[in-house]
Amino acid sequence: MPVFVAGVGVISAIGNNVAENQDSLKKGIHGIAPMAYLQSAHRNRLPVAEVKLSNDELAQKAGLSNRISRTAMLSMIAAEEALADARLPLNTALRKAFISANSVGGMDKTENFFPEFSANFHAGRLRDVVNHECGSITELVARKIGFTGFVSTISTACSSSANAIFYGARLILNDVADVVIAGGCDSLTRFTLNGFNTLMILDEKPCQPFDENRRGLNLGEGAGYVVLVSGKIAAMLQRKPDVQLSGYANANDAYHQTASSPDGTGSFLAMDGALKMSGLKTSEIGYINLHGTGTQNNDIAEGTAIKRLFDGHYPPVSSTKSFTGHTLGASGGIEAVFSVLALQKGCVFPNLRLETPMKDLPFQPVTRFMDNLQLQHVMSNSFGFGGNCSSLIFSKS
Amino acid sequence: MYINGTGIISPQQSFNHESFLQNMAEHQGEQMRCIEPDYKELLDPKLIRRMSRIIKFGTAAAMDCLKDAGWDAVDAIVTGTAYGCLEDTGVFLSRMVEHDEQMLTPTAFIQSTHNTIGAQIGLSLKSHSYNNTFVHRGFSFEHALVDAQMLFHENAAKRILAGAADEITTYSHAVLKRFNIYRKDASNIHLLRNPGKGTMAGEGASFFALHSEPNGNDYAKIDGLKTILANGNENMEPVIEGFLAAHSINVSGVGLVLMGVNGDEPHDAPLQKIANGIFGTTPVFGFKQFCGEYPTSSAFALWMAANICKEGKLPPTLAEVALAKPLRVLIYNVDLTGHHSLILVSSC
Amino acid sequence: MEDLKKQIIEQLNLQDIKPEDIGNDQPLFVEGLGLDSIDALELIVLLQQFYNIKLVNAEDGPKVFHSVRTIAEYIISHQNKND
Repeated sequence: MPVFVAGVGVISAIGNNVAENQDSLKKGIHGIAPMAYLQSAHRNRLPVAEVKLSNDELAQKAGLSNRISRTAMLSMIAAEEALADARLPLNTALRKAFISANSVGGMDKTENFFPEFSANFHAGRLRDVVNHECGSITELVARKIGFTGFVSTISTACSSSANAIFYGARLILNDVADVVIAGGCDSLTRFTLNGFNTLMILDEKPCQPFDENRRGLNLGEGAGYVVLVSGKIAAMLQRKPDVQLSGYANANDAYHQTASSPDGTGSFLAMDGALKMSGLKTSEIGYINLHGTGTQNNDIAEGTAIKRLFDGHYPPVSSTKSFTGHTLGASGGIEAVFSVLALQKGCVFPNLRLETPMKDLPFQPVTRFMDNLQLQHVMSNSFGFGGNCSSLIFSKS
Repeated sequence: MYINGTGIISPQQSFNHESFLQNMAEHQGEQMRCIEPDYKELLDPKLIRRMSRIIKFGTAAAMDCLKDAGWDAVDAIVTGTAYGCLEDTGVFLSRMVEHDEQMLTPTAFIQSTHNTIGAQIGLSLKSHSYNNTFVHRGFSFEHALVDAQMLFHENAAKRILAGAADEITTYSHAVLKRFNIYRKDASNIHLLRNPGKGTMAGEGASFFALHSEPNGNDYAKIDGLKTILANGNENMEPVIEGFLAAHSINVSGVGLVLMGVNGDEPHDAPLQKIANGIFGTTPVFGFKQFCGEYPTSSAFALWMAANICKEGKLPPTLAEVALAKPLRVLIYNVDLTGHHSLILVSSC
Repeated sequence: MEDLKKQIIEQLNLQDIKPEDIGNDQPLFVEGLGLDSIDALELIVLLQQFYNIKLVNAEDGPKVFHSVRTIAEYIISHQNKND
C-alpha cells in the first residue's frame, strides 16, 4: 500500500517558497552568507545560511505575531504552502495529522530571555519562554492550519524530519490518519551556532561537502513539509499525485555520541533498510540527495556506506547543503521536498564548490544541474547526532 | 502489546522490584525529586561522568527494565521527553552568557539534544535498531507507545523498549513557577486530599519492555490508547465512552480509573466531574500524589496500572478496595496545557 | 604537572580518579585513561581557559594530548608566544 505525496512546501536560505528554491537550485545560487539577522559574537567569522527575511517580514508572511519564535514562523509558512499545494477536498471528514520535527523549539526566544533571567529569576519576559518546548512550536502551527486530530513532534537531531515523515506515512498505513502534513523546521540560534562551534566542525568559508579538503559545515535554517495521503484520498484529489513514499528506514549507529562509525554502519543500515522495504535494487535509484554536511566525519562515513551498498553502480549524488547549509531539524523535510522536485522535474541538483573529490571514494558528486532525466526513484539521507540514521525513498507513481 | 518488564526511577521507592508502593515517600515544598539509585551498578562508570541527571536516571531505568524482563537486546527503542535535557541546556546557556560565546564546552551541548537518552540507551546496548524520540508535551510518552503499536502491527519488531523521562532543574522550576502553577508549601501526602490552587512539580523516568505475544509472565496488556488535543471546555465524557466502545467495553467494564488530578482545583474540576459522573460507581484514584505533575507522568501511571494488574489489588498507599477480576484499568491523564490521554490496560 | 592533572580531572569530571592515579607519561586516549574525541575538545577549552592557548587545529589534538607530559610541554612552549 503506497503513501502519496500530495503537496510540498519549503522555505530556506535559497528561497521563500518551492518555486524560488527550485530556481536557485537550477541556477546554482546558494544562500550561505555573512550573518545578517542573528546577533552573535561570531558574526564576522562564521557564514550561515539564513532565510533572507527578518522576523517582522516572516511574521507578516506567516500571519503570526512578530513576538513568536522564528521557528514557528518558518514552520507556518512552509506548512501552509504544502497544504495549499495539496488542494485537499474541503467537504470530506478527513482524519488529519501534523507531525513536525525540530531540534531546539523556541530557543531563539529563550536565549534572549536567559541573560536577564539568570541574573534574577524574576526578570525576563515570560512570553519569550512560553513556547520554548519543541512541541509548543508544532502546536502553534497545528492549531492555525486546523490539523489537530493527531499532533506530534519528533526530535532526533539531524534525522528528525525524515523520521517525522515516515512516522506520518505509517500513521496512514496503520489507519490512524488519512492525511498527514509531515516534515520539520528549525531557526538559527546562538545556542546551536555556539554548540557546533565547540565541536569544531563549522566552516569559516562556504562549505564543500564531499570534497577531500572539506573543513566542516555551515548552519542554516528553514522548514520543509510534504503532505502525505492514502491511496483512497489520492484518488479524490483534483491533481493526482505523481510521487509516492515507497521506502524508509531508521537505524542506529551505536558507535559514539557525536561521531559516526568510520565504516558508516548506521548509514548503511538505514539505506539498506529503505531499499529492502521498497523492494528496489540499488541500480534502480536514480539520484541520492546526500546528508553531506561537509564535515570530515560525516562525508567519509556516508561515502563509505554508499560505496559498500551500491558497490560499483553509483547513481548521481549531491549534497544540497552546499546551497542551504545544514538546517538541522528541518534538513530531512527540506531535502525530502527537493527529492520530490527532482523526481517530478526529472532533474538532479549540483553539489556546489567541489574542487577535489574524496580520494577514498570511487565516486564523486555531480557538479552541474542536469535535467531531462528519466528518474524513477530518489533516495534522501539524513544522519544525526547520537547516530540516528534515516533514509527515505521517493518514487514516481 | 504486553509489558514484560519495567524500570522506574521516581519520587517514590520505585526502583526496587521487591515491593510496590508499600510506603509513600513524603516530599515537602514545591518539588518532588526522584529517589535515585547507585548508578554505578547499572551504568558504565566511564560514561556516568558525562551524564546529567536525566540521562543517568533515564538510562538506568531503561537498563533496569531490560534486566527485569531478562532481555539483552531489543528491536526498537522509543522514548518520550517533553522538556528534554534541561540541565545541560541550562549549563550551556549560562556559559554562553558568562563567557560571551567564548570558551564553551562541548559536553553540555551534545547532551542537551532531546534524543540523548534514547541514543545513550542504544549506545549502551550497542543496538543498531530503530530509535525514535517524541517531544510533544503531554503526549510524548503516548506517541512513543503509538510508534511501538505500529511497529508490532507492521511486524517490524518483536521486542520494544518504550519509555519516557522528564526532569526538574533549578532554572526550569524557576521559570515554571512564574506561571503560578505550584503550591507555596505543600506536602504530596495531602496534595490531593486538600485541593487548592496549584500543584507540585514532579519528575522521573519510566521504561517498559514490550512484546507482541504474551508469555504467561507479563505484568499486563496495553489494549489501546488515544490522545486528544483539547480546545477549551469540551465535554470529555463522550470521548471516553467512544474510546472504550472502540475496545468493546463500556464504562461498567472499567474496574479502576487512575486519573491525572494534581491538586489544583481549576485543573481538577472537570476530572472530578467525570469521576463522579460516568465513573460514579468505579474506583477512581489519583497518581500524581506519588510522582508529581510533569508532562510524561502518564508513564508512571502505566507502571502503577501494570503492577496493580499483576498483583490483582491496590497497594496499601492507595486503599483497601477489592478490584474486579479480570481487571481493566483506564488511565486518564490531563497535563497543564490541554493534553488529554487515555490508556487502557488489562490484566493477563 | 600536578596542577594540570587536577584541572584535567575537574574539566572531564573524572570521578573516582585522583591526580596520583594519572602517570606523567600514561597515554590519555584510547588506552590508559580511555578518553575520547569529546574529551579532546574539552581539553582544548581547558588550554584556552587556564593557559590562554588556542589550539586552532583539532587534528593536532592527539599529538598534544597524548600524555600529561606532552600537554605540559606544549603549554610551556606556547605560553611565551602571544597567540
